[in-house]
Amino acid sequence: MSKNIKLMQGNEAIAEGAVIAGCDFFAGYPITPSSEVSEFLSSRLPKMGKAFLQMEDEIAAMGAILGAALGGAKAITATSGPGMSLKQENIGYASMCEIPCVIVNVMRGGPSTGLPTLPAQGDVMQAKWGTHGDHAIIAITPSSVNESLYETIRAFNLAIKYRTPVVILTDEIIGHMREKVVIPDKSEVEVIDVKLPDVPPEKYNPYNYTSGKVTPLAPMGEGYRYHVTGLIHGETGFPSQKTDVIQNAQNWLIDKIYKNIKDIEKFEEFQTDDADILIVAYGSTSRSARQAISMARAAGIKVGMFRPITIWPFPEEQISNLSKKIKKVLVVEMNMGQVILEVQRAACGSKIYGLHIVNGEPITPDNIFAKIKEVSEN
Amino acid sequence: MLTKEETRNELFTMGHTGCSGCAQSMSVKLIMEILGKNTIATSATGCLEVFSTRWPESSWKIPWIHSLFENSAAVASGVEAALKYMGKKDGINVIAQGGDGGTADIGLQALSGMFERNHDVLYICYDNGAYMNTGYQRSGLTPFDAYTTTSPSGKESFGNNRPKKYMPEIAMAHRIPYTAVSSAGYPMDLQKKVKKAMTIKGAKYLQVDVPCVPGWKYEPRYSVKLAQLAVQTGLYPLFEAEYDKIISVKKISKKVPVEEYLKLQGRFKHLFKDEAGRAEIEKIQKMADENIERYGLM
Repeated sequence: MSKNIKLMQGNEAIAEGAVIAGCDFFAGYPITPSSEVSEFLSSRLPKMGKAFLQMEDEIAAMGAILGAALGGAKAITATSGPGMSLKQENIGYASMCEIPCVIVNVMRGGPSTGLPTLPAQGDVMQAKWGTHGDHAIIAITPSSVNESLYETIRAFNLAIKYRTPVVILTDEIIGHMREKVVIPDKSEVEVIDVKLPDVPPEKYNPYNYTSGKVTPLAPMGEGYRYHVTGLIHGETGFPSQKTDVIQNAQNWLIDKIYKNIKDIEKFEEFQTDDADILIVAYGSTSRSARQAISMARAAGIKVGMFRPITIWPFPEEQISNLSKKIKKVLVVEMNMGQVILEVQRAACGSKIYGLHIVNGEPITPDNIFAKIKEVSEN
Repeated sequence: MLTKEETRNELFTMGHTGCSGCAQSMSVKLIMEILGKNTIATSATGCLEVFSTRWPESSWKIPWIHSLFENSAAVASGVEAALKYMGKKDGINVIAQGGDGGTADIGLQALSGMFERNHDVLYICYDNGAYMNTGYQRSGLTPFDAYTTTSPSGKESFGNNRPKKYMPEIAMAHRIPYTAVSSAGYPMDLQKKVKKAMTIKGAKYLQVDVPCVPGWKYEPRYSVKLAQLAVQTGLYPLFEAEYDKIISVKKISKKVPVEEYLKLQGRFKHLFKDEAGRAEIEKIQKMADENIERYGLM
């Protein structure tokens, strides 16, 4: 079978990935630099008899995908920094009620209106801690257009499997860049579908904290009646203020992600075997890092890269292991220092350096190569 | 015609990066001529904010605040209330500005609050009928059957499948002292309404029809003509209201079929392809006729 290859924009690849993943529902609000996700889906989904809604604001867009997901739909929204800020209460609601959904944040410069048309990676910590209260979340950082497509499919899978919001953190560079994409047939990729619980309605507890297994979210209207609330709730879904119920609920929200980290994690190691310096970079920045690594190796400096693809939960173990043999770690990111904080915790035996440039321009291979030379001489 | 000197003294100055033919920038200029220098303005995210304040320049010769997308009315409420409590409000106009999306969609909650508390603020909605700044996505004020990038027309669709939200009537439903609808096609009407708004204490709402060259897809020379056609067809009724009562309407001098208005714009091009499109034009004609009836435009 000949491969279905297309030249595509990053935002289009996300839309395409959503379609392949069986996305039934998009709700969104126009915001640069993510609007193309919504534009592509506005013509794709209705043609397939699926729903596209443009909502009146970002909050409503997030609310709508939660409603759709409770009805059994695979739902997605797309936004950028200011919209992500507005959505936060609803994202917390998704965490609390364990509603599967996918949120695309095509990062631009911030805070506030920031730099609508220019790239940044300043929302990494927001993806984890943007909403209030203790919870865990999954976030994914694709670094190419092709990866944007495949990671969107994986995002839907993880959302359904772990009943959690999953954030796809791309940035203006990946979102607006055009690259070759190999479009898979649905049969070539793993797609996890929404399924009914394996117990009859009268035995269904939507929040099965103590079983240690994620119970499928029964689509409303299939005969499973249960209570949904943003209040702390017990296994039946009804609110409770009992100390053991509260603690169980809190533990569960975190455990269901962290105890399954092996299944959720995804990363790439690039030329780390003989490296004296380890670069940690993600998203568009890792592309410059890759080029800088060949420049450094040509100059006789052995550099490798660890690239988290799942950024939350953070791949602490891998970085910790690598730091045992590579004593210099350089974190390169288009923010003032976010992932470096995690790396400092994970790689505490190594010397940690940071290259943080936030000026609206991509971090170039030259920028990184210069820093590598400095680190190598240090 | 203004002299060079007079042009330099305008409060919304030339040199901004609005598109040629931009009806919004024309309207702002006309509005600022009336408001005068004792004015504080907020501006929601949108074209106006972007094209009038490119670093390191500003077209505004008054205190001007870029708020966020959704909070122009809330920030203006704060400005007004603070001035009032400091005893400085007299003689100062506070205006809040937004596009149609920033007003009728994401900003509606803040605007409703500003109306309900009856802040002494003139809210101006520059209505170009879509999110033009982000690339022509539909808004709650996008007209029926218009093509936008999120209401595409094609085999399955004629574009935006809902009529425009009756935003001025939402304002009136708040029983604010003054609501007005005007148009970039009628400068005298626009300035007269701004002048009147300034004499009224309390919350005021002014909606201005501002054709958009790239969003509506027409030749720049047609900006004023389209704004006038919108009124003369009955598609964009201009009126004034006090509280919940309409007190004046701009009469249609010579009724024009909607087709004359639609055919100049690329966003309605798909309606001129076949019989099905023709039937859609009939629907739009019916909407115009209903407006004429409803507002007593003839």
